[in-house]
Amino acid sequence: MNNSSQTAPLNYLNHKTGLWSWLSSTDHKRIGLLYLYSITVFFCTAAVLGLLMKIEKIAPGETIMNAQTYNAMFSIHGIIMIFIVVIPGLAAVFGNFFLPIMIGAKDVAFPKLNLFSWYIYITGACLGLYSQFAHGHSPDAGWTFYVPYSAEVNSNIVIALTAAFVLGFASILTGLNFIVTIHRMRAPGMGWFRMPLFPWSLYATAWIQILATPIIGITLLMVIAERTLQIGFFDPALGGDPVLYQHLFWIYSHPAVYVMILPAMGVVSEIFPTFSQKPIFGYMPIVFSSLAIALVGYFVWGHHMFTSGMSYQARWFFSLLTFIVAIPSAIKVFNWLSTMYGGSIDLKPPLLYAISFIFLFTIGGFTGLTLGSLATNIQTHNTDFVVAHFHYIIFGGMGFGFFAGIHYWYPKMYGRMYNIRWANIAWGILFTGFNVLYFPMFIIGLQGMPRRYFDYDPKFQTGQIISSIGAFILIIGLIGMLSNLIYHRRRGAIAPANPWHGVTLEWQIPSPPPHENFDEVPVITRDPYVFDNPVIK
Amino acid sequence: MSTTEHSDYIDSDTGKMGMWLFLFTELFLFGGLFIVYAVMRSKYAGDFHHAALELNAFIGATNTVVLLVSSMTVAMSLTAIQKNRPNLAIALIFITVILAGVFMMNKYFEWGHKFSLHLYPGSDVMKTLPHGEIMFFGLYFMMTGLHALHVIIGGVLLTIVIFKLKSGKINREHYLLHENGALYWHLVDLIWIFLFPLLYLIT
Repeated sequence: MNNSSQTAPLNYLNHKTGLWSWLSSTDHKRIGLLYLYSITVFFCTAAVLGLLMKIEKIAPGETIMNAQTYNAMFSIHGIIMIFIVVIPGLAAVFGNFFLPIMIGAKDVAFPKLNLFSWYIYITGACLGLYSQFAHGHSPDAGWTFYVPYSAEVNSNIVIALTAAFVLGFASILTGLNFIVTIHRMRAPGMGWFRMPLFPWSLYATAWIQILATPIIGITLLMVIAERTLQIGFFDPALGGDPVLYQHLFWIYSHPAVYVMILPAMGVVSEIFPTFSQKPIFGYMPIVFSSLAIALVGYFVWGHHMFTSGMSYQARWFFSLLTFIVAIPSAIKVFNWLSTMYGGSIDLKPPLLYAISFIFLFTIGGFTGLTLGSLATNIQTHNTDFVVAHFHYIIFGGMGFGFFAGIHYWYPKMYGRMYNIRWANIAWGILFTGFNVLYFPMFIIGLQGMPRRYFDYDPKFQTGQIISSIGAFILIIGLIGMLSNLIYHRRRGAIAPANPWHGVTLEWQIPSPPPHENFDEVPVITRDPYVFDNPVIK
Repeated sequence: MSTTEHSDYIDSDTGKMGMWLFLFTELFLFGGLFIVYAVMRSKYAGDFHHAALELNAFIGATNTVVLLVSSMTVAMSLTAIQKNRPNLAIALIFITVILAGVFMMNKYFEWGHKFSLHLYPGSDVMKTLPHGEIMFFGLYFMMTGLHALHVIIGGVLLTIVIFKLKSGKINREHYLLHENGALYWHLVDLIWIFLFPLLYLIT
């Protein structure tokens, strides 16, 4: 080997160079980064749209856009955020990058299929963008594509539906790949219950992906058939049933919430033991609560439709199951807090994000129960209360889980360290901005502010202005966080192999990892969270 | 346990597991349509009865036999390659592809007949029918159309298998693609086994 001219050892980032070596790479780590960069671009786009909506709401009446533009704006914001950013989200980025490493494998089971999934994803994402700019109106039926809106409005709905269908296909193939990887690629000695919790959460997620996504696929195809072939599955004039659409849509889209949140729960389950230097409290309950969420989460879809026309029996049944699905989440929260109890806590940015994850997710969870109760649902249905609730879950949960993950694994992914102080300040701004933005929406929602309106009664103005100010603070925090991460990607201090003193497998290999992760396949001889390093103690 | 070095061939059990999972997703895809069928059938039992009489059970039954035989030949061709008889395997899979063509031809005549009677979604005749019959024909075209798409995909897949058998890339040791193609073809058959009674026989 010619080492004289090399400054850094070969790793997955520099063993081959050039754009094509990235676009044709079947290395799971590079594919993870491809997802990371594409998701970041789309996230920033949709975040700007969100800011524009909040500027519109700063005063009653038309401020910067008319009603039609606002309709298109919240539809695009939702379609991008849900289908392109958070559903692939953590699983596609961190799952691809760290699942094989954490189970001691050199790659996923089907590396070529993995790359193919990314291309399908990009195709779907581009179709989604195309639907905004193609000839005609941007889609304006909301991200839920409810019929009869989506069947009748005169905008590029078919392109947007096709985009969502294609994206679903990418999601299915990723899930399939992960299940097979976890079943067949674990290192010798890694029994199921020696597997770290992030792979466990991906396992539960992957099952939801492959069992629920086909339902949305066929449903979207039916809406396309309704618009193009006049097969009126959901059109009452042709004998169809619009409520049937809502059932089929939520059969997928409620479990999809768990596709978003479960990997985030997995990430924080990795962070709490590492930054408390203490084994995770209640490994088995966390594993089984993940599986329970995946299972029960399948049967709660009706709680999105309490006011759509269902029998009383169906409503109380869905309400009961909604309360039951809260239990496994609460078990996890209890276990994370107990993991920190008595640990030697090191309050670094990943832990800050993980703790704020618990805080925001708990608020989102409790308000979810408000919405899941039949009586209070009547008052809060289709108000800003709902919008605040799911932003606390999706952004406060999945989003902050993602930020926790990127701050946790960043030194491993790039071999460089970001500026900790800078990251702490950005976290403070982001966390403040988040609560100032979304908390007032609970209050004005309870007072009756409907969602999806570009205009409002002046009595809501105080809440709306506070919320809009929060949006600006949030965006400043996001810029602060992103600039820190982007700037230090090449310029940061060299990170050691194990900066946080973690014990899972990804910390046992160099930073950044070599091309095929392990020089020799590791043999696992003990449980995943054993902290017995004398240097640390 | 897969601890081998990277190679061009995916471990056979791993590859098969991936295929089985994919077939589950296909079942769920059609499952959505079966749910809609169940809901609409209970809502419009009488109309479904009348509309189903329009379908030709003879062509349906013929196609069922065609698909069942093709499933048998594809399974036999897999056994042939396992016994290291590639030419027999090619012949059997060729018969399967021909039978897929026969199925599609029957479908073409069947759909063509419906179109000549103006029984297609959005037609003038269709608009005069009761709601349940419109729904039945909508479901009929959607379900058999999606199934026909799968027949075409399966046919293409098996044609690729023929070429790989000829070039020796599929052989006695490495027949994963052949096996997965056969599994896919069985799925196509299986779904038809459900479609046939639901659409043609229950009147």
